[in-house]
Amino acid sequence: MNDFSIVLANLFRAKLRTSLMLVAIFFAFLIFGVLAGVQNGWDNIGNSGADNRLVTTNKINFTQPLPISYIDRIRAVEGVEKVTYANWFGGFYQEPRNVLVTFAVEPETYLDIYRSDFALTPAAEAAFLADRTAMVAGATLAEKNGWKVGDKIPLNSNIFTNKSTGKRVWDFTLVGLLEPAKEEANPNFVLFHHKYFNESVTFGQNTAGYALLRTVDKSVNAAVAEKIDAMFANSPAETATDTEKAFNKAFASQLGNITLIILLVVGSAFFTILMIVGNTMVMAVRERTREIGVMKTLGFRDGRIFRLVLGESLLLALLGGLPALGLAAVMLGMIRQLVALPGLELSPPYLALGLLFMLALGLITGLIPAWKALRLNIVTALGRQ
Amino acid sequence: MGALIDIRRASKRFVKGRETITIFDKLDLVINEGDFVAIMGPSGSGKTTLLNLLGGIDRATEGEISFGGVRLDQLTEGKLSGWRAANVGFIFQFYNLMPMLNAARNVELPLLLTRLGKGDRARRVQAALEIVGLGDRAKHFPREMSGGQQQRVAIARAIVADPKMLLCDEPTGDLDRKTADEILSMLQLLNREMGKTIIMVTHDPEAARYASRVLHLDKGRFIEQGAMA
Ligand SMILES: Nc1ncnc2c1ncn2[C@@H]1O[C@H](COP(=O)(O)OP(=O)(O)OP(=O)(O)O)[C@@H](O)[C@H]1O
Ligand SMILES: [Mg+2]
Repeated sequence: MNDFSIVLANLFRAKLRTSLMLVAIFFAFLIFGVLAGVQNGWDNIGNSGADNRLVTTNKINFTQPLPISYIDRIRAVEGVEKVTYANWFGGFYQEPRNVLVTFAVEPETYLDIYRSDFALTPAAEAAFLADRTAMVAGATLAEKNGWKVGDKIPLNSNIFTNKSTGKRVWDFTLVGLLEPAKEEANPNFVLFHHKYFNESVTFGQNTAGYALLRTVDKSVNAAVAEKIDAMFANSPAETATDTEKAFNKAFASQLGNITLIILLVVGSAFFTILMIVGNTMVMAVRERTREIGVMKTLGFRDGRIFRLVLGESLLLALLGGLPALGLAAVMLGMIRQLVALPGLELSPPYLALGLLFMLALGLITGLIPAWKALRLNIVTALGRQ
Repeated sequence: MGALIDIRRASKRFVKGRETITIFDKLDLVINEGDFVAIMGPSGSGKTTLLNLLGGIDRATEGEISFGGVRLDQLTEGKLSGWRAANVGFIFQFYNLMPMLNAARNVELPLLLTRLGKGDRARRVQAALEIVGLGDRAKHFPREMSGGQQQRVAIARAIVADPKMLLCDEPTGDLDRKTADEILSMLQLLNREMGKTIIMVTHDPEAARYASRVLHLDKGRFIEQGAMA
C-alpha cells in the first residue's frame, strides 16, 4: 500500500457516487473534445491558403459569377503570374445527401497553381487534359464511393441541367486520383473541364465562379488586388480581390460563428461539472472528518492529508477526462471520413488545453475540501461520533 | 523502571464565550515505564482530555508535559506528528478503522510513516495480526468483522510500529463482557510480555482490575487507589 492506494480506495468507496461524477466529467470532456476538433477544423479552413495566392470574386458576394472575359484581363495585370478559374457545380452522387465538392476548372492552370497542394501522376494528368469529359477526384473520396480509374461516373448537379441530355445528370470518366502533396492538404473534391461545363449548361455560359491567381511574390499582393478591383470598378460586375487565406476565413465565418457557440456549450458544461464535482467532493470529505482525524492522530501530517484529498479530485478528473478525449479523437476520425473537413482532429494545442482543463477541474474541486482537511483539528474531528 | 511521563503543573481551560471552564488546574502526574494505568472518573471529568494531552493531539493551556525527557509542550505540530507516529499507539472506543481499507491495510497505515520497505511492512503487519489472533483475517474489511475483531485490528494497528505507549479511551466500552475480557487480557499481555506502557480510560471497574494502577479523576484532581491486579 502507498498513498496512491489510499487515494484510490477513498475515491471508489462510494462507487455509485464516483461513477456518476465520472460520467458527468466524461461527457463534459467528450463535448469539449469533439467541439475542439470541430473548432480546429474551422481554424484550419481559416488558416489554409498560400501566401501568394489571391481570389477575385464578384463584389456582391462569392456566389455571383464573373464574366469569363475578366480572366484574360486579370492575366494582363502586372505582378500576376498565373490565373485560373472555377465554377461551383453543386454536385452530389446518387443521393442529394451525398454532397460532392465539385468544380468546373481550367485544368492546365488549376493544376499548376495547386501543384504544391495536390498532385496527379503525369499519366493521369495527361489523360485529364486530353479528354474533355474526364474528371479527377480525391483518392480518399474515390475510395469512399467505390470509384476506380476508368469508371464512368454519373454526377448530379443541384444547379445545372446538361443541355445534351436535358437532365441534371452529367457523365464523366474518372481518369486520375488526386493525392495530397503536403500533409495538411486534403483534396476531397472532384474537378472537371470548364469547357465541357460551359458548352453544356443551359444558363450561365461564359462565366467564371471566381478567379484564382498566383502573384510573383506576396509583397505585391496588395498592389495587385487594388489594380484588379480598380480595373472593374463601375462595371456591371465589380470585383473584390483578397488573399486566399482571407477568402477562406470569410467563407468559414459565412457558415456561422461556431467559435462562440462552442465557447458557450463547453463553458456551461464545465461550469456544471465544476459545481457538481466540487459540491460532491466537499460532502465526501466532510463525511470522512473522523477518519481524517484518526489519520492525523496516527501521525499523518497536514500537508500529506492535503495532498491525499487533492490527489483524489485530480485522479477523478483524469479518470473521467482522459478516456473522453480518447473517444473524442476516435469520433473525430470517423467524422473526418464522412465530411471533407481536414483538420477535424484533436490537435496538440487543443489536447493540451483539455489536459489543462482536467488539472484545473481537479485542483479547483479539490482545493476547498483539501484545505478543510488540512485545517481540521484532531480533537474536534475525533469528538464527532 | 523510571518515569516515562512527567506532567508538571499542567492546566487545561476552555474559553466558551465569556466563561472559562477549567478542566484541571496545575495537575501533577508521573507514569513509569511499563505501568498499566487505568483512569476512572465521572463523565465530563476530563479523562479524554487528559489522554489527548498525553498523546500529543491536544495542548495544555499551561504547564509541562515530558515523555522520556522530551518536552511535548515545546514541539511544533509537525514534530509532534512525528513523535506520535513513533511513540504512541491509540485505541478508541469505536475502533476508528478506515472502512475502505481491509484489516491488513488498516494495520499497515502507521508503517507508511516509517522508512520500512514493502516486504518489511508486510511481515510486520502479519506479525501484528497474529499477535491479536487475526492472522487469517487480513483481507477482511471492517464491515465484515464483529466489534471485538475490529478492536483487535485496532490493537494490531496500535502496536505495529512498536510504540512505547498505548493510549486507550474506553477500549471495551462498546463490547460485551466476554469480548471485553479478551481485549483486556490482550492489553495485559502486551503490557507484561512486550513492556508496553498502557494508559486506559474506563468506566468499568472490572476493566480497571486488569491495570496495575488505578487513578480516579474528579474535579481536576487525582485520587489514587491501590493496585488490584
Ligand atoms: N473543545 C471543547 N470546548 C469546550 N469544552 C470542552 C471541549 N472539549 C471538552 N470540553 C469539556 O471538557 C470536559 C471534559 O471533557 P472530556 O471529554 O475530557 O470528559 P471525559 O471525562 O472523557 O467524559 P466521558 O466519560 O463522558 O468521555 C467536559 O465538560 C467537556 O464538555
Ligand atoms: Mg471521554
